[in-house]
Amino acid sequence: MKYIDEFRDGDVARRLAAQIAKEARGARRYRLMEFCGGHTHALWRYGIVEMLPPEVEMIHGPGCPVCVLPIGRLEQAIALARTPGVTLCTFGDMVRVPARDRRSLLKAKAEGADIRIVYGSADALRLARESPAREVVFFAIGFETTTPATAVVVKQAAEEGIKNFSVLASHVLTPSAMLAILGAPGAAGGGIQVDGFVGPGHVSTIIGSQPYERFARDYGKPVVVAGFEPLDLMQSILMLVRQLNEGRCEVENEYKRAVVRGGNARAIALVEEVFELRPSFEWRGLGSLPDSALRVRERYAAWDAERRWSIPYEAVADHPACACGEILRGEKRPTDCKIFGTACTPESPVGSCMVSPEGSCAAYYAYGRLSKRRPRPDGEG
Amino acid sequence: MASSWGRRLDWDTGRVDMTHGAGGRAMAQLVDELFVAAFDNPLLAKKNDQAVFEVPAGRMVLTTDGYVVSPLFFPGGDIGSLAVHGTINDVAMAGARPLYLSASFILEEGFPLRDLRRIVESMARASREAGVPIVTGDTKVVEKGKGDGVFISTTGVGVVPAPVVTPSGERARPGDVVLVSGTMGDHGVAILSSREGLAFETSVRSDSAALHRLVARMVEAVPDIHVLRDPTRGGLSATLNEIAQQSRVGMLIDEPRIPVLREVTAACELLGLDPLQLANEGKLVAITDRRHADRLLEAMRADPLGTDATIIGTITEDEHHFVQMETAFGGRRILDWLVGEALPRIC
Repeated sequence: MKYIDEFRDGDVARRLAAQIAKEARGARRYRLMEFCGGHTHALWRYGIVEMLPPEVEMIHGPGCPVCVLPIGRLEQAIALARTPGVTLCTFGDMVRVPARDRRSLLKAKAEGADIRIVYGSADALRLARESPAREVVFFAIGFETTTPATAVVVKQAAEEGIKNFSVLASHVLTPSAMLAILGAPGAAGGGIQVDGFVGPGHVSTIIGSQPYERFARDYGKPVVVAGFEPLDLMQSILMLVRQLNEGRCEVENEYKRAVVRGGNARAIALVEEVFELRPSFEWRGLGSLPDSALRVRERYAAWDAERRWSIPYEAVADHPACACGEILRGEKRPTDCKIFGTACTPESPVGSCMVSPEGSCAAYYAYGRLSKRRPRPDGEG
Repeated sequence: MASSWGRRLDWDTGRVDMTHGAGGRAMAQLVDELFVAAFDNPLLAKKNDQAVFEVPAGRMVLTTDGYVVSPLFFPGGDIGSLAVHGTINDVAMAGARPLYLSASFILEEGFPLRDLRRIVESMARASREAGVPIVTGDTKVVEKGKGDGVFISTTGVGVVPAPVVTPSGERARPGDVVLVSGTMGDHGVAILSSREGLAFETSVRSDSAALHRLVARMVEAVPDIHVLRDPTRGGLSATLNEIAQQSRVGMLIDEPRIPVLREVTAACELLGLDPLQLANEGKLVAITDRRHADRLLEAMRADPLGTDATIIGTITEDEHHFVQMETAFGGRRILDWLVGEALPRIC
């Protein structure tokens, strides 16, 4: 298929793999983190991990929106869904994530809560228009990619005077999570050595490549923003290997067909108008990070579910056997988790990383169970 | 049509009400003027609570299936044609010749009579074209809010032509060859394209079709086909995994050989879905001894429903019963079951 097949050419892939192997010097190692869960999925789906030389090691990052949402936030959504008169709209991935006592939105739905799976924020707003007697709440999750779409519906609701619509804003910011991985003060991250980042593609179509420049400048970590096709990823890995070999430390953009340095100015302005930084937000695995998530501005308070229902936030610890936290920090591989593939499977997930198709555990389970290549991030084994 | 029941059924604006399932005159009229008229066969016309027929010698096949599809009408078919094709196919996958169908309707109060007639006429057409009559049935009406418009259950009986014909899920053997009869994922994309909240324009139509004539050709060419199955819900991925589990074998599938329409690939790229996990309603998977593969392929391609038939892989020895796939990209991965429901991605 045009514009797809060109990026999945097996011959080109083999040539790229050979080039990476040639340029990756045996004397050093290349510990590269692909931040985005979509990249993790593509690495496994196309068997790229198997094509890389042993010197190049991919560390899976926390860029899976369903995975990083802490149980406390999910508990808020469940509490809202159980409120009489409320219809909660959510993305499909979210409904199977286990909350406290193995509750989930799916179980709440079976118990009678009015929970609807939507494909986007616009569907939720339409439902509110069509059901004036219901209080429709959109469980707005995701990184910068999905935030503008939430901002749009909040503005529309305000303009049209739709009073029975609100959003439970849980949008998070990519650069904050990268900082945490690099050991920002107070973050749970910093436990691993990362030599460079494969930067997220979709997120960068919104925010641009500029926000990563501080990682090159202040932290000495090269970043290459990558597309989602297998050849995009391989090309990006080669670019990172070259930067490291040449002692360069820059932000490069492999995904030029979609990403520009300054991002999408209209989308950024829209988000700025509707949202403001939260002083602090708890992430699964990364702890409470300052200025790492967004909340609805005072001006749009009438469409902010948190303000309308004043639902308190309470942190809830992960299941004790679940290693999602370490996995999201890149400190463990899914297969290092004691319950991976036994007590925790996609059919019966214990942690969020096994639920979302973008989660590392789900990608490993679906595609990587046969892999002979399971080095630990510290290189032993 | 002149009605012998006094009042006429209002096909334009009328709706199903509780009397249509209550056993009284209104129900008898609906049965008479809609179902008996449309399905039009001597066994049903007797209006008994059962159909009585002669049984041919040989082994009988019995299957039943419920249809709860949403939306009820989609490009290339509707719940009615699906309820006929699906059950005929389940009979045919035993290598059998389907003989008769029964149909049970659960109607929701308030359902438009016009839509009901459209569904029943579609069923009648599908049954007539397949040559498999609907010979007995049942109608119930549930209160508004307790159904979703219409649910249909169909049961099918058939007969296996020869003792040697014994396709079954546990008969795949290492070295056997895996074939599919045509393109994968058409039905799934057609349904998704017309589902509320996700409507998108596509030329893809459901592949809903009765496969018994294709199967008859196949069984005639190669009586001892090891496995026959139609990859419906969960798609090709689920079907191959089911067979691998049942037969306690592995599989190696060659991805570039699996036929997928360009439009289906495009829709799946856009939505983040896998065509191999989407439902088919007019396709089958066959597994046969390597020596018979070419003969079987030739027989399949000779049928209008098998023109795109192709060999896609082989059965392997594998204690884990993994279905592995050589990707077009050159890597190898597990082709896994669908988890939950096929849902488009978030971002």
